[in-house]
Amino acid sequence: MNTSVKIAGVTLKNPIMVASGTFGSGAEYSEFVDLNRLGAVVTKGVANVPWPGNPTPRITEVYGGMLNAIGLQNPGIDVFIQRDLENLKNYETKVMVNVCGHSIPEYVEVVERLADTNADLLEINISCPNVTKGGITFGTVPSVAEEVTREVKKVAKQPVIMKLSPNVTSIAEMAKAVEAGGADGVSLINTLTGMQIDIDRRKFALANKTGGMSGPAVKPIAVRMVYEAAHAVKIPVIGMGGISTGRDAIEFMMAGATAVSIGTANFINPYATVEAVEEIEVFMKEHGIEDINEIIGCVE
Amino acid sequence: MKKKQMATVISQEKLIDGVYSMWIKTDGIAREAHAGQFISIYTKDKSRLLPRPISLCQIDKKEDRLRIVYRVAGAGTKEFSNYQAGESIAILGPLGNGYTIDPSKPVVLVAGGIGVPPIVEAAKTAKECGAKITIVLGYRDQNTFLLEELKEYGKVVVATDDGSLGVHGTVIDAMEENKIQEGVIYACGPTPMLKGLQAYAEKYRMESYLSLEERMACGIGACLACVVNSTEVDHHSYVKNKRICTDGPVFSGREIEF
Repeated sequence: MNTSVKIAGVTLKNPIMVASGTFGSGAEYSEFVDLNRLGAVVTKGVANVPWPGNPTPRITEVYGGMLNAIGLQNPGIDVFIQRDLENLKNYETKVMVNVCGHSIPEYVEVVERLADTNADLLEINISCPNVTKGGITFGTVPSVAEEVTREVKKVAKQPVIMKLSPNVTSIAEMAKAVEAGGADGVSLINTLTGMQIDIDRRKFALANKTGGMSGPAVKPIAVRMVYEAAHAVKIPVIGMGGISTGRDAIEFMMAGATAVSIGTANFINPYATVEAVEEIEVFMKEHGIEDINEIIGCVE
Repeated sequence: MKKKQMATVISQEKLIDGVYSMWIKTDGIAREAHAGQFISIYTKDKSRLLPRPISLCQIDKKEDRLRIVYRVAGAGTKEFSNYQAGESIAILGPLGNGYTIDPSKPVVLVAGGIGVPPIVEAAKTAKECGAKITIVLGYRDQNTFLLEELKEYGKVVVATDDGSLGVHGTVIDAMEENKIQEGVIYACGPTPMLKGLQAYAEKYRMESYLSLEERMACGIGACLACVVNSTEVDHHSYVKNKRICTDGPVFSGREIEF
């Protein structure tokens, strides 16, 4: 039975990755799961310098999901390379580093710094809804997304995966734009912009007013967008958005994803990733699937 | 080590309107827990995803049992209040750093409202190591809870918002009135109270250890939702943001800025 998949020349032992921001850099979750069992660890967004993030409250629960407005708090690329990437050298898993910035030069700087590290893949976050400058603008205007991709590709030593926002009119257009810019893959969906009001206190639930919605409730939207993106481009698609189980992962793969990420589910069940890996194997046995690659995009 | 496991409800009791006490039999979590730590409890209603962080009121290591005393604040805690003995529930813990009691100095335990429960285990710990204990409790009114239990551990001073019991005012007013100006403060309660205690400790040159709360998702230090501003750049975030779930919930009054 083969569970390995290939993303832009990088082989993952299985299609289960984690969604950036939900797993730190793996250290906290290594108390619960064996990171060696994962296809890849995807790290929390990192910028050229430390970012303080947003004021609290940064999260709130909504029906079937949550809103977050962490604001990409991160310790900066120096600490990240020395501490977090160094720690991940202890594991037999691939590492995808999520990169954030306020401007093209900031993305480029981080990507350059990662050139000689153990990062296997780069995920460029052009879709965070919680930072006022950069992030989301890069991810909602196709020509700008293409430009960011092109500039990053010029200096990147690793394959470049562009992380797309669902807060757009056409996800297919966005995927095509970054493909034209030279992207080696796309990942989607980032969170959907949402809002919650505490009616008893007449206040926004989040200090940032708006936040990114994630969790099981967004899954049908994510499946639809993965399907549309996979049909629009030739580069591989990494699917995410509400995946909690192995069966959810299979659904995304049938829609066209080559690999998938588990995000919010980690907060609900710290063992979610490894349980999904096991569930995929059970599903393959039950359905007589020899090679996981058979199911990618099998539903037309 | 932190783990997520199924635990069993042993008993459930209503203390006053909206405040409940529940004993839980765990599979090792109680044996590893200490005063000031917390557990996260998952709801059975799957539309509510995030576990609720709740502080530990009593820890019975021998019998591997935990007691939580909690206020019904929303649909999640409402669900908890309906649990009956024998019910199986998912919990994650033990979480957070907890209190480190210094028995060589007078122990001043200060709590307000639903901050009172963790003070019970802290008082027990302090008594076991032979410390001199003063307890200051703040309630809305004379409908108190855990007050009688806490009297077993030391001198108790009470303040109520409406003056129906003890000092009319806040715990700070009660401390001023009773000239509690020596020792180490260990506190849990609403943010304005903790802020007041931070200033009180500064004024009388006392040390203070304050237990904070904030909305959390993961509870284990990964999601960065529950941060508090710290006075110094810390060695996890590098941006003066400490994680309440992991670096806390107990912080020295000197290391945080409200």
